[in-house]
Amino acid sequence: MANIGTLITGTKLKRFVPSGRTLVIATPFVFLLVFFLLPFLAVLKISFADSRLGIPPYTPLIAMVNDKLTLHASLTSYLAVLTDDFYFWSYINSIRVAFVTTVLCLLIGYPTALLIAKANPSRRAMLMMAVILPFWTSYLVRVYAWIGILKDQGLVNDFLLRIGLVDTPIHLIQNSFGLYVGMVYSYLPYMILPLYAYLVKMNPSLAEAAGDLGAKPWQVFTTITLPMSLPGIWAGSLLVFIPSVGEYVIPELLGAPDELMIGRVMWVDFFNNIAWPLAAAATCVMVVLLLLPMAWFQRLQDKEAVAAA
Amino acid sequence: MSAQVTPTQRLAARAWLALVFLFLYGPIVSVVVYSFNESQVASVWTRASLRWYAKLLEDRELIDAGWTSLQLALATAFSSVVVGAWAGYVMAQYRRFRGRTLFTSMINAPMVLPEVISGISLLLMFVGMEQLIGWPPGRGLATMWIGHVMLCVSYVAITVQARLSAMDESLVEAAKDLGATPLRVFFDITLPQIWAALLSGWLLSFTISLDDVIMSAFLSGPETTTLPLVVLSRVRLGLDPEVNALGTLFIVAVGMVVIGQGWWVMKREQRLARSLGVPNGMSSLPVGQRPAPFS
Repeated sequence: MANIGTLITGTKLKRFVPSGRTLVIATPFVFLLVFFLLPFLAVLKISFADSRLGIPPYTPLIAMVNDKLTLHASLTSYLAVLTDDFYFWSYINSIRVAFVTTVLCLLIGYPTALLIAKANPSRRAMLMMAVILPFWTSYLVRVYAWIGILKDQGLVNDFLLRIGLVDTPIHLIQNSFGLYVGMVYSYLPYMILPLYAYLVKMNPSLAEAAGDLGAKPWQVFTTITLPMSLPGIWAGSLLVFIPSVGEYVIPELLGAPDELMIGRVMWVDFFNNIAWPLAAAATCVMVVLLLLPMAWFQRLQDKEAVAAA
Repeated sequence: MSAQVTPTQRLAARAWLALVFLFLYGPIVSVVVYSFNESQVASVWTRASLRWYAKLLEDRELIDAGWTSLQLALATAFSSVVVGAWAGYVMAQYRRFRGRTLFTSMINAPMVLPEVISGISLLLMFVGMEQLIGWPPGRGLATMWIGHVMLCVSYVAITVQARLSAMDESLVEAAKDLGATPLRVFFDITLPQIWAALLSGWLLSFTISLDDVIMSAFLSGPETTTLPLVVLSRVRLGLDPEVNALGTLFIVAVGMVVIGQGWWVMKREQRLARSLGVPNGMSSLPVGQRPAPFS
């Protein structure tokens, strides 16, 4: 190895080393272009096609008609997605559910992250590991567990009936309550982690100095702790909000059967109605809706990377 | 502030944390407990039994799907580590190159992008490709494999990037000055330093793949189905005590591996910190336990 190494660096071959750099960069780049960007172009293309019976269940965009190359682009799917009340309300409701989930995660996650960050350093690592551990175990099984806990004959109702707080079981799943329990449960770690990362980095002497200068605890919080953890709040909120908009499994298992969420609508269009162009158009609209929050997330990640370097 | 924590405040803090952890662990505990329940009705406790575990062993559908899932998760974990580490290396090593913004966007986006979107897009591309060049022939393991790798690459890339950025660059420069080729620098200097990051990336990819529902639903074929897909279809039909038993096996396996790895990384970092003279507690969380985006 060493011989070859000195041989290469010592000869004219050295000139070609920059091309090695290009190769190193290009390989993962091409991989990402093919398997991340190209699929979006495929969706875009099919969103302009018409539905038909057959395999594949959409019309070709470019076809030979009477020996002439013709372009057949149709806006039918977009018209349907943009004018149909059903789609409109699915988008609105998805955004609403994602927003409420984000706020709930923030309300529960912030105090939790703050308490862990203020805990004894030797205990912090253990507490954070405890926050992350559930996130490693099967997501489906954990969501499923909530059915057993919240259903009419479930653990919670059993307990409430036994202590006599209620006479008949209260419905806790297949409604918004079940939906939000599942959503907050699944996304909470995503909120706590970035919050903790910022809160633990904070210099405690700042808060102490403010305290010594006579600031009340809530003043210390609003003027020092909160502003300094703002990047963590944004990162956590985006990390919860963006994927929540397209959530499928939780509304399906814990939400109301008629809970309109766009991920579910797309799923049904795609699998049950075999309306691929419609599902593709709905996907494109969703990507456009999420573009701004995703660009924001990208900016935060960039800053983080620069700060780390 | 820390000086004036009253006992009431301390109690309130502990109570809050206890509630949050009850919320996080309650469902997991309930799965484990009810997996040993004899009763057919999943939530009524009759008596302890291993009935559901025994049934699990005879369930061909679950075993076949489990085998598929395992193969898929292994393939995904290895390939995600290779591609992800490569991408992370590029991001850490080359500050400027044409298309860097696009590159980092393509790494960051999949972490938040709703999986329904990536699932539909990849499937539609595969369908288009099959028409054009005849590959992939239908859907199955290969298509799911690529989909799963796309889910995991970002996490590995960002963990590795963070690790590399924290690395002492003078080592690389010294090696280069001494005439090592980039390849040799990578294998002799860089790789040994990112082992822990690669290991946690491998584990994360393995569990993401083993756990995935949405991507698999879009990219699986009629012949190949994964464990989570079978579980989802059964859960849709109602509670199935067998799922509790299966879930318990998952929880025990994953819990043991993750805790073991966390312990290993923590010990390793402590050793490293001692040998480098870095005060303990500098990194409050072992790298492997930090979720990728915030390492």
